[in-house]
Formats: sequence, C-alpha cells, structure tokens
Amino acid sequence: MTQRKVKCAIIGSGNIGTDLMYKLLRSDLLEPSVMVGIDQTSKGLALAKEYGLTPVYNGIEGFKAIHEEADIVFEATSAKAHLTNAKILKELGKKAIDLTPAAVGPFIIPSVNLETSDVTNLDNVNMVTCGGQATVPIVKAISNVVNVSYAEVVAAISSKSAGPGTRQNIDEFTVTTAKALKEVGGAKESKTLIVLNPAEPPVLMRNTIFVKIDEHSEELYIKIRESLDQMVEVLQEYVPGYRYKSEPVFKGDLVTVQVEVEGMGDFLPKYSGNLDIITSAAVRTAEIMAEAMNKEVEING
Amino acid sequence: MGKQLVINDVTLRDGMHAISHQYSKEQIAELTRLLDDSGVDIIEATHGDGLGGSSIQYGISKETEDDIIRTAVENAKNAKVGVLLLPGVGTIEHLENAHQLGAQVVRVATHCTEADVSEQHIKAGVRLGMDTVGFLMMSHRTSPENLLEEAKKMESYGAQTIYVVDSAGALTMDDVRSRVSLFKQHLSTKIGFHAHNNLSLGVANSIVAIQEGVDRIDASLAGMGAGAGNAALEQLVAVMNRMGISHNVDLYKVMDAAENVMKPMMVRPVQIDRLSLMLGYTGVYSSFLLFAERAGKEYGVDARDILVKIAEMNAVGGQEDWIIGVAQDLAKEKQTKRGIEI
Repeated sequence: MTQRKVKCAIIGSGNIGTDLMYKLLRSDLLEPSVMVGIDQTSKGLALAKEYGLTPVYNGIEGFKAIHEEADIVFEATSAKAHLTNAKILKELGKKAIDLTPAAVGPFIIPSVNLETSDVTNLDNVNMVTCGGQATVPIVKAISNVVNVSYAEVVAAISSKSAGPGTRQNIDEFTVTTAKALKEVGGAKESKTLIVLNPAEPPVLMRNTIFVKIDEHSEELYIKIRESLDQMVEVLQEYVPGYRYKSEPVFKGDLVTVQVEVEGMGDFLPKYSGNLDIITSAAVRTAEIMAEAMNKEVEING
Repeated sequence: MGKQLVINDVTLRDGMHAISHQYSKEQIAELTRLLDDSGVDIIEATHGDGLGGSSIQYGISKETEDDIIRTAVENAKNAKVGVLLLPGVGTIEHLENAHQLGAQVVRVATHCTEADVSEQHIKAGVRLGMDTVGFLMMSHRTSPENLLEEAKKMESYGAQTIYVVDSAGALTMDDVRSRVSLFKQHLSTKIGFHAHNNLSLGVANSIVAIQEGVDRIDASLAGMGAGAGNAALEQLVAVMNRMGISHNVDLYKVMDAAENVMKPMMVRPVQIDRLSLMLGYTGVYSSFLLFAERAGKEYGVDARDILVKIAEMNAVGGQEDWIIGVAQDLAKEKQTKRGIEI
C-alpha cells in the first residue's frame, strides 16, 4: 500500500521554519507544500521556492487564499504571532503544531506523551521549547521510578544558534520550560536557567538537569539509570545527535544528568542541536497525526 | 571640586558569592545599617547571581529573595536599594516583585557580547520608574570597540547608566582606560565600573575609571565579593580622600565596619591566593572560585588546571555546571597517565 503524504505549511521562514522544511522533505508521511513569510528577501523563502514549495510573501493573509494546499500547519514565528494565527488556523480547520512558547495547545514531548495525548483529536499542540524537548524526558524518566520534588535545568546554547526570537523572549523560554518540567516531566517544583555562550567554534547545545528525588538507595539508582538509558534511546530514534555529555551522577537525593545535542546540520551547522530537537519533535508529532488522517481516509474511502 | 561620585556597594550581592549565599537576615540588617550610615549611595542586595539566582546550579540562598530585599529596604534610611538581574536567570516578574518590595535600582547584566537579551528587562526597569543600569559582564572578553557597540544597544533600550564590568578581575589599567574612555566619548548615558581584585588591581582600576570620568563605582566592605573580592570600600575611600575625589562615604565608619563586622563574617577569607589570582590570570568568572576549589578536592585534581581548562572552553558567567565535567575529565586523564607510568 502506498501512503498518501499529508501536505504541510510552515509559517515562518527563519532558522526554525527552514530547518523544519528540510526535515519534512525527508519524511515518508509528510510533504511540505507552502512556506509563509513576510520578508521578500528571506533566505528561507528562496530555498522553499527552490524545493518546490509555494512561497507566500504576505503572511497569514496570503496563506488564507491558498489554505487548501495544506492540512497541517507548523507555526515557527513568535508566541505573539501565534496567539493571532491560532484562531485563524482553527477557523480554517487546520491542525496547528506550534513551535513558539505561546502554549495555546497542550505540551507535546514525543518521547513522553505523544502516545497518550490523543494528538489526532487536538487541533493545536505546543512543542514547549528546545530546552524542554531536551530535558523534560530526563525528568520524566526519573519520575517514572521515584517521586521528583524538584527539577532544575541549565540550558547552554551557542550565541549563533539563538535568533532574535529567542533573545527577545528569554523569559518565556525559562517560564514555559519550567512549566513543562512540572506538567509533563512530573516534578513538583522546577526552575530553568538559560545561558548563551559566544565561544568560537560554537558549542553544542548542552543541558544540565538537576533532579531532587524523594527517596534514594543503590537499588533505586540502578532503576533510575535503566529508565534514563531507555529514554535516551527513544529520543535518539528521532534526534540521533542526542546523548549523555557525561555519566549521570547520583549523590544522596540529587541526580545530575548532562546531555548534549548535536544537530543534523540540515539548515544550520551541527552546533544548532537546539533547533534540531524541536523541529524533529514537531515532525514526529505531525507524522502521528498524518498516520491517523490516512487511516480515516481508508475507513471513509 | 568635581561632581560627586556615586558609590554602589555590593557587599550584600557580590559578597553573597563569597559566603555561598548564606547571609542571615540579621547579618543583612546589620551590614545594611552600617553601610547606610557610612554614606554609600546604593546598596545592592540579592543572591550573588541576581534575582531568581537561588538554585542548585549557583547555590541555594539561606534567606528567601523577598526577605533579602525587604531586610535591606527596611534598614536603609538614605541609601537606595538595588537588585541585579541576569536575563535567563531572573525574569520581569521577579523584577516587578523586587520593585514592589522597595528596590529602586536595577542592574540588568549580560555577557559582554550578548546585550540584546537585556532589551525586555531594561525596558521593564524603565517602565517601573527604576534607576536602570546596563551591566556588561566579562568585559575583558571583547575589544573596547565591540564593548561600545553592545553598550549602545543597552543605551537604545533606555538604560540610564552602563557599566564596564570586570567579572574576572582580568583587566589591567590600560584595558580599563580604553574601555571607559570609549564609553565616555560615545555614550550619552552615565558610566560605571565594577572591579574584581584578582590581579590586585581592584582599587587601581577603579581609580583609573574615575580619572576617565565614570559616574559610579562599585565597592564592598573588605572587598567582600567573588574571587579575590571587589575593590575594598575602605581602601578605595582612603585613596580617593588622598586624591581629592569627591564622594559621600565616611572613612572611619567603613574601616570599622570592614574590620569589626565584615571580616569576622567571612567563611573563606576573601583574599588574593593562588586560586583567586588564577581567576584573574586566566580570565575566568570570579564566582567559579569556590566551585572549582570543591571540585578539585573531590576529584583529586589541581583546581588551577580546572580554571585553565574552563578558560580555554570560553565559559561565561553562569556556567558553573561545566566545572564538574572538566574535573571529571582531568581526573580521567590523570588516571590514564598513571596507568601508562606503571
């Protein structure tokens, strides 16, 4: 049986939107059909045209005119823009996958809650932040074994991979990530810190996750380690460059895990693992939606 | 007589690093009263890493953020109370809370090349009617010309004062002169300078900055601050008096406070020793001192080697979590070497 590819539009022609396009071009289930921007001279739109997507230069208004060319819409603009666009997309009957910290829809971390979230029936889902995609699974892996009273994340990303969107919304990044550590990761309390590092050559995205656990023993440590290893494997299925930076450290009630993310080098160089992890998560989510849509077609057809 | 220099005391903020953020409310109250009475203009009081800084990464504060700020506000009769805010650590919500508690000055701090993350926070400070300051940390890591470009961004967001911050105590006197004089020529804001004494230049660098025309200088009792500390307030005041530099601080009062109250509170003496000297020598963020010292002991490696490695990796302020990884790597290297020798 050959599968029908579900058509996708990308709103936003910046770093995230363009990286997303490359990943969609490789998908067996999805086909990028439209890229929506507001800048005639955008590099992303030029590339989109080259790869056969329909470029739209006048934002969401332009998309309205050709909205039938896509069923799933990725939002890769800003939280503020998505608050407006979310309504329009809903009216147009599109499924929105939001890569901004707007958090209109529920948080999706594919390795943790994609299967249980019933995304096929949701019209808007939120991909948290790159930091959230990289660290919530680690906290969840631990909270699956033992109660987590507190989770703290320190995300270090290279200055070069932090675009103006991230820089102007740094509070949203820390607040949204911290919220997801609780809501999806299962921590009772949480905190997120982000540091931009300008070193040359740029550093890979690196996250330190401190987790306070309610009880501890050698036996629990072994179980936690197994749970962590499993989670890292699941993540590696859709983010191959995700790995431990150093061995997890167990000390009393504190578990410290350091991970780094090497990107696939699609649009930006490999140091931009922070872009890869969120775009890969978004594509994974869309693929699950697409599978369900295809099934519906089979049943109805 | 020239204009009056504004003294921004950092005993209760930078000094937090030196005491691992463990000042008690009573200590904060006592130090605030002494500083206020001595005539300093601004008393900065927060976790060493600013609002929201209490964390596993940087150290959990003994007192809550609210109690630290409130205690300082309640005990300062004349001085304004200030807070530090590092975007990425603290948020605008934290700032609004600090303002409500009575903080009147906010210093928004970024790494010297990342000023654009401060836009929202500087604008928020201005909107709240606070005395709003841009604070460019690790100023030795970029050229004077680049530093000026970053300062101009902060100026465009509305910062009223912009600081050259020598977080690593790595600037020499000419380095300070070139940076401050460029600011003086090209910025319409007021200018400040924040020293660390790692290379024993805390007071000397501050004097150079004053000669180049800064409006504000940071100092702390007995230098209480990260690394080898800041410019020691009593030492700076003595020198300024000898040079006829106009300020509001009483020399005997800060001498007594440093000697009778501050020094007995110190857990690890704030001084130039081989490790704090190494911070200035390699240009590493001063608050890494205690973290590197602990990691060195725990993993059996020379803490100076940790700092050298951290400098090579270009770690910026706030990256304390990199230290353990470096210590682990050095310990592994040491083991392998030993293996080869056997």
